[in-house]
Amino acid sequence: MSELALSALAGAKATGLVTIEDMGLCGMVTLRADLAASAGAVEQVTGAAMPGPRAMTTGQGVQVAWMSPDELLILCDHAGADAMVAALSQALAGQHHLAVNVSDARAVLRVTGGAGALRDTLAKITPADLAALPVQEMRRTRLQQVAGAIWFVTDTEARVICFRSVARYVFDLLAMSARDGGAVGYH
Amino acid sequence: MLTLTCPYCGIAACETELAPGGEAHLKRFGPGSSDDDFEGYLFLRPNVKGVHFERWRHAMGCGKWFLAARCTATLEVFGTYSAQTPEPTAEIIAAIRAKRPDWSLT
Amino acid sequence: MSTRLATGGRLIDRSRTVSFTFNGKRLRGHPGDTLASALLAAGQVIVGRSFKYHRPRGVMASGAEDPNALVNLGAGNRHEPNQRATTTALFDGLVATSQNHWPSLNWDIGEVNALVPRLLPAGFYYKTFIHPRPFWKHVFEPIIRQSAGLGRAPDPRHADPDRYEHFYAHTDLVIAGGGIAGLAAALQAGRAGLRVILCEQTAHWGGRAPVDGVEIDGLPAGEWVNDAVEQLEKMENVHLRLNCMIAGVYDHGYVIAYERVADDSPGGDAPRHRLWRIRSAQVIAATGALERPLSFPGNDKPGVMLAAAVRDYVVNYGVAPGARTVIVTNNDDAYRTALALDDAGLAVPCIVDARPEANGPLVQAARARGLRVLTGMGICNVKGLRGVVAVQLCAQSGSGAVVEDVICDAVAMSGGWSPVVHLWSHCGGKLTWDEAGAFFRPDPMRPPTNQSGAGFVSCAGAADGALWAGETLENAGLITRRVLESFGSSTDHPMPVARAAAEAPMLPVWMMPEEAGPKKRAKMWLDFQNDVKVSDVQLAAREGYESVEHTKRYTTIGMATDQGKLSNINGLAILAKALDEDIPRVGTTTFRPPYTPISMGAIAGEARGPIFQPLRRTPMHDWHEANGAHWEPVGHWRRPYCFPKQGESHRDAVNREIAATRASLGVLDASTLGKIIVKGPDAGRFIDMLYTNLMSNLKPGKCRYGLMCSENGFLMDDGVVARLDDDTFLVHTTTGGADRIHAHMEDWLQCEWWDWQVYTANVTEQWAQIAVVGPKARAVLEKLGSDVDLSAEALPFMGWAEGRIGGFDARVFRISFSGELSFEVAVPASQGRAFWDKIQEVGAEFGATPYGTEALHVMRAEKGFIMIGDETDGTVIPQDLGLDWAISKKKDDYLGKRAQERAHMTDPARWKLVGLETLDGSVLPDGSYALAEGVNANGQRNTQGRVTSTYFSPTLGRGIAMGLVLHGPDRMGEVLDFNTTKPAPKGGAAPTIKARIVSPVFFDPEGTKQNV
Ligand SMILES: [Zn+2]
Repeated sequence: MSELALSALAGAKATGLVTIEDMGLCGMVTLRADLAASAGAVEQVTGAAMPGPRAMTTGQGVQVAWMSPDELLILCDHAGADAMVAALSQALAGQHHLAVNVSDARAVLRVTGGAGALRDTLAKITPADLAALPVQEMRRTRLQQVAGAIWFVTDTEARVICFRSVARYVFDLLAMSARDGGAVGYH
Repeated sequence: MLTLTCPYCGIAACETELAPGGEAHLKRFGPGSSDDDFEGYLFLRPNVKGVHFERWRHAMGCGKWFLAARCTATLEVFGTYSAQTPEPTAEIIAAIRAKRPDWSLT
Repeated sequence: MSTRLATGGRLIDRSRTVSFTFNGKRLRGHPGDTLASALLAAGQVIVGRSFKYHRPRGVMASGAEDPNALVNLGAGNRHEPNQRATTTALFDGLVATSQNHWPSLNWDIGEVNALVPRLLPAGFYYKTFIHPRPFWKHVFEPIIRQSAGLGRAPDPRHADPDRYEHFYAHTDLVIAGGGIAGLAAALQAGRAGLRVILCEQTAHWGGRAPVDGVEIDGLPAGEWVNDAVEQLEKMENVHLRLNCMIAGVYDHGYVIAYERVADDSPGGDAPRHRLWRIRSAQVIAATGALERPLSFPGNDKPGVMLAAAVRDYVVNYGVAPGARTVIVTNNDDAYRTALALDDAGLAVPCIVDARPEANGPLVQAARARGLRVLTGMGICNVKGLRGVVAVQLCAQSGSGAVVEDVICDAVAMSGGWSPVVHLWSHCGGKLTWDEAGAFFRPDPMRPPTNQSGAGFVSCAGAADGALWAGETLENAGLITRRVLESFGSSTDHPMPVARAAAEAPMLPVWMMPEEAGPKKRAKMWLDFQNDVKVSDVQLAAREGYESVEHTKRYTTIGMATDQGKLSNINGLAILAKALDEDIPRVGTTTFRPPYTPISMGAIAGEARGPIFQPLRRTPMHDWHEANGAHWEPVGHWRRPYCFPKQGESHRDAVNREIAATRASLGVLDASTLGKIIVKGPDAGRFIDMLYTNLMSNLKPGKCRYGLMCSENGFLMDDGVVARLDDDTFLVHTTTGGADRIHAHMEDWLQCEWWDWQVYTANVTEQWAQIAVVGPKARAVLEKLGSDVDLSAEALPFMGWAEGRIGGFDARVFRISFSGELSFEVAVPASQGRAFWDKIQEVGAEFGATPYGTEALHVMRAEKGFIMIGDETDGTVIPQDLGLDWAISKKKDDYLGKRAQERAHMTDPARWKLVGLETLDGSVLPDGSYALAEGVNANGQRNTQGRVTSTYFSPTLGRGIAMGLVLHGPDRMGEVLDFNTTKPAPKGGAAPTIKARIVSPVFFDPEGTKQNV
């Protein structure tokens, strides 16, 4: 029934100082394991090197994000998430681990705009130091009243990820923060 | 509004990204323990004015619990360290002594 | 009377006019005016009334320190009280009204308070409460009700139409104050490469220097300021912000700034205010100094102003506060006002200087112009009721014998200057008394400290006590160099050098004349907004208030919206003198943020309306909304309470939903149920510690209900655990419990049993969960088509299976919270809505009825199932609820086990769970108590139990309830009296309801309906 599958925001989009768009259904797998011991298996399955703290690495159409010392988030095709879980479980057979498909538990937003406006908009909802956040580093943080994560794909494009149930809240926060009259010019 | 650096992910987190967890290094007393020991474990806290070992969770972040040594009067932070230690580490004790030579772990 | 001058005004644009109204009167001003300057230009001398005595008050200052010119600003949904006219930028269409008067500004009935000041001395409220109560009720309250209060509260029916936002910034250095010290510090720090945020609370850079005729590096201050700003704007690492006040400095370099983005352009798309939440390694407070009033009789009358404010109005706005202005001073700086007035062609009849001698360059300049300087003199009376018509002069050293009357319409007073040390003090910086300047300044040995234990706030320039322009910049240079050193940076660039007329020392003058008697002291105002006079502080001292903090509260000095900016030092000096103590020994009150009031909107930020709180939505949320759901908040979730049809009451809807579910088929969105995966070789061992019952022997494919307790034994959550495979469990938590329970699990795994091999993952939102409930539940799922055998034999009660149902990837759990045949089907959240739609469609022939939380609650109560949060309240243990069967006797340990062995927990007198049935079939009130004989020590009726859940059961056609009752399970059939909230009839006892103790399982006790 994946043809009937809906992302939480069903393609929502807002434009102002920056543009905010629902990324639609994205594949996501949580892997909890001893990261040092599972680097080979992860690389074998994803094609991506084991990321260091907070970093993201890229493989074949897959990104691997460091979430905590024993947790990764693997971003992949939505339809391929179950296969990713199976492949990881197979590669890690005999090793204590937990791989689980969490694609539908989250929403992913794309935020694009000028480098300054992008950071200014995000800085209205997170206490994270966005000027100090390098491209391709995931910052798990607070998005006003909920947990979420931010990373810059390029200088002018960011991803915001949050739990599915609060996707509308986060989208509305961003849309409000991006309203034209609210330019700050700080970053 | 404190800033504490999570020893697991290295983020200097704002207090609003953290969840407090009370005093650290409590020894759990379970079934078979005396009433006094259990009461001490569950309820009695020295509530010091000065150097305090405490638990924090990087709740809006990597999700890990960590420990901090902090002065409750001045809010000076002597360091943060792993939650997987039953007592203050030698490093954190040295860090405290460097700032508070008169302090000792009692 | 005040008026606009024909020329001058460096901040206004005379080529354009804007119109505004004050008390309905249409007035005109220029862009660049503040509301205060425009009111003065329009001759509006009286702008408000004081808080206690309703005395007429005029503009006294030109900035944030003004205590008097508070107005109601805006109208309708933009009305805001207590807005300071001196800091309100004038804009076209501005609407202001004055405050604290009735019936009119010029004639106020409350002024009678001033005629009987003996009725309202210091501590009036405290004393009145002690005196006989009828006095309060019949004499004081009617007067106070009519006259007290500061401004008019906004109409609660109006929602603020503006928006607000927060902004988080991280920087090396915040500089508060864009005067010459702040600008120079920013230039140096910018050159050294620091990231700098420079904030100025007003709309203009430069502070006082351009008004005071200062020269910097050979340029007039105004030109130097323009150059400096131009240079700073070019620095990428320096961020400049006007209309942005540093409101507070807090722990670990947390700084709050309040930016007024669009106060002067309402209705646009911009946020009205922006609250900056800054983390800064260092803070420089270049916040300047505030001029102090002099305490002479009548110093509160409209037309009596601070000397520096008078020249601000003349130089900055081209406004003359008066045609004939008497200067009264104890220092040289006020002579600048005399010169500025003289420059503008305005009369200065005399300069009254309390010092025995005055010969500084500024004094000599005044004398050279022929201005009359009277030394050793003071003012002993101000004539005029609603303005100044004359002052009477006396010798400063005496008790105030009049030596001369001077006709004038304004008085410019200066009692010296106090550094603005608020930001230094907010986070614990200590002060030291400066004898020469008679003010407190920062004690460099005791700064506020940061997370490293190092000082992180410095005051620079006048804020550090370096009041004269030359030393201001010298000081700012020194302070900035030290701050740069803390970063390991420096700059070779020299600091600018300021040149201004030298000033002779000031003479502290706390009372004028020095030996004034009681009558005069009762007319010397210290706190203008709160009407505190010299006599009030002296009275407080006589009555034993020795601590400055107590005196503050007793007299209310410094407690108004200006927080004592003008009154602080003067009040302290009077108190010290009355106590015969040194000022530094009496100490000062604590400066608390914000520096000036900030709007509630700025504090709330974007959190209002639809995004006041995160509202958690299930995948079926939109369907519920489209189908008329009446919502119930559960944590941050929104769950349908019921689905009323057109014209149906909520109660009728609930009854219909229950009837349909029990008769045929009900469908519930159970997606909010927490779902946590627990996996690993030690998962069974871990789960056994979490739950009171034994879980590790659960077989894959099976489910078990379990109870979770905190370490102190109290029930914290319940739910069904499913074993997915040998080392994997799926833990279901209550709605809203998922995050808390997941955190609880991680706490024990990370902090206590870190050597156990267990991983957890909160997958609550990965799944949409739909409970398909009722006799037709199996039929509808079979009709959907399933590769899972759903028969009772293959999938019995408390079993679970995985497969495809209706083409959806699903997990099916045969668990029931209603007592009916029930399948909880979990599908990936993205498919939840489609699956829900499919169930409605296929279930139509069975009368599929969506039901909400209330039907859920009633059905569980009919079955006697407990609900966390109803039957539990954080003090209830499983044993109280008759759940001993779910507490393992075999396990050595589980969280809460030791606590449940404590004497209080095993006390047989703990109230226990029972069912309750009213004799008349009615519904017991929620929270009702079972009454016992007698009363307790407080004279309250004794109780022997309480209702925890109570509903109307449509299935049974009567009220049913659960409750905790003393020895309840042993008292089946006994009838108890329950209290109600109905009032007692006259002369009678309060009505009660009789209910019988019964089994809590009201419906299908054998479980025949769910086990099919
Ligand atoms: Zn962390």
